[in-house]
Amino acid sequence: MSVLVYTESENGKFKKNAFEAASYAYEVAQQLGTTATAISINANENESLGNYGITKVLNVSNDKLSTFNAKAYANIIAEAAKNEGAKVIVVSSSSDTKFLAPLLATKLEAGMVSNVVAAPESTSPFIVKRTVFSNKGFAHTQINTEIKLIAVSNNAFGLVENTTSTTVEDFSPTVSDADFSTKSTEIDKVVGKATIADADIVVSGGRGLKGPENWGMIEELADVLGAATACSKPVSDMGWRPHSEHVGQTGKPVASNLYIAIGISGAIQHLAGVSASKTKVVINTDPEAPFFKAADYGIVGDAFEVVPKLIEKLKEFKAQNA
Amino acid sequence: MKILVCISNVPDTTSKINFTDGNTKFDTNGVQFVINPNDEFGLTRAMWFKEKQGATVHVASVGGSSAEPTIRKALAIGADEAIRVDAEPTDGYFVAQQLAAVVKNGGYDLIIAGRESIDYNGGMVPGMLATLLDMNFVNTCINIEVDGNNVKAMREIDGGKEKIETTLPLVIGGQKGLVEESDLRIPNMRGIMMARKKALNVVAPIDAIAATTDIKFEQPAPKGAVKLVDADNVGELVNLLHNEAKVI
Repeated sequence: MSVLVYTESENGKFKKNAFEAASYAYEVAQQLGTTATAISINANENESLGNYGITKVLNVSNDKLSTFNAKAYANIIAEAAKNEGAKVIVVSSSSDTKFLAPLLATKLEAGMVSNVVAAPESTSPFIVKRTVFSNKGFAHTQINTEIKLIAVSNNAFGLVENTTSTTVEDFSPTVSDADFSTKSTEIDKVVGKATIADADIVVSGGRGLKGPENWGMIEELADVLGAATACSKPVSDMGWRPHSEHVGQTGKPVASNLYIAIGISGAIQHLAGVSASKTKVVINTDPEAPFFKAADYGIVGDAFEVVPKLIEKLKEFKAQNA
Repeated sequence: MKILVCISNVPDTTSKINFTDGNTKFDTNGVQFVINPNDEFGLTRAMWFKEKQGATVHVASVGGSSAEPTIRKALAIGADEAIRVDAEPTDGYFVAQQLAAVVKNGGYDLIIAGRESIDYNGGMVPGMLATLLDMNFVNTCINIEVDGNNVKAMREIDGGKEKIETTLPLVIGGQKGLVEESDLRIPNMRGIMMARKKALNVVAPIDAIAATTDIKFEQPAPKGAVKLVDADNVGELVNLLHNEAKVI
């Protein structure tokens, strides 16, 4: 028996959330008095998982799996879980793992809990803390089944280094053609830029920016910070920015270290979606804007004056700290 | 084509969330319930299939009789028939098993569910349903076109989108993008009158287990006061973010 973690990679490189999930799996393994095993698919540098307490890596190398396929990936992880006799399986919360996790849970008849933000508070019964009501509350949830699937939130448990030696084993699961009855034909993805899902910093604009032509300064600020750009719901509804940038209750959740809201008043739905961010900054002309009640730092002022100054100051800061 | 839209009865997005009974239950007092937004985008897309491709559209929900106004709203928007599985939706696995039984009885080609409900946010029902039924599945679906049995779909991924080809029978986890916010329909008087005459079949739940149980709830810790920085002293914000918050 061990704890199994799916460590997600992209173009062979582990994502940050893979190391977070590995950190979490190690913590669970410690609590259960066992070890943590990782399963990786077409990943390089599998040994690096040893920095996060993983003692064994099952590495799958298969060209058929170069593009993500939820069913195939779920079947592979299920097979690994059975081989390992794993009773707890840990995954992250990327769009791909959110796609495969319910398939995996059903295959294994595992009770699944999403959006988990802390280590288990008890392993018998097995209870974890998760966010509910779009971050407006927390639930302490008991898993009633023998096998448990935990989807950990991004940037919540965090990275915890525990150096251990790791053995990497090749794992060649059965990959059936039937898994590819749903097939990816084209991927249109921003390359070389941070995405809302895994960015440490997110810069977000709202209606206060008055029009899509004014997004240049948002993008420049994001560039200086190495941040992802996002927007409020009205901005996406009006077509100023693409849907994929809409953050909030019905858009993407944000759990970054720093969230900067510019010209966003802070409707309750927006605040819910971004509240998992560690530090929140608001820049708004209206001192009564609800976002000031949710933010850590605020500037009451006109974005068109404040943001260019902020860009300038950040550039100076970067030059000094380079 | 026969479509089933799965809807969840959830607190309106503006709801303040409180808990009751020693923090063991969600406090529904004063809360307005609506069709889960992710489901409503799917329902509206289903109306398009009904009007353009002659699809039949049923809606299903797992819940007590208190969910019926929300189900009637879906009928008023234009669904042809509704099924309510008479059980408390205790967890995602339980709900997926109930809905799988509804699908097996109804012989549906396309099942549209929201990618997640905005109350418990599990995001597991569509994928579990597809697996229980051994159907194809596309999550975070932002576009779907059906031609005979062939489906072209678009999925939102982190940082972009992905085109997918698959076939019916299919389950999708839908969200905004399937239709735009401005395409959502407010039921008119005629729709509301007609909805009263449409069938809302109440069925008994099948035997199924809840794989998880919420033991206790809590509210987020209250937030400290915001630290205001003068608009003429933006450098101070950079300083605070570096030295105090340590995020840059």
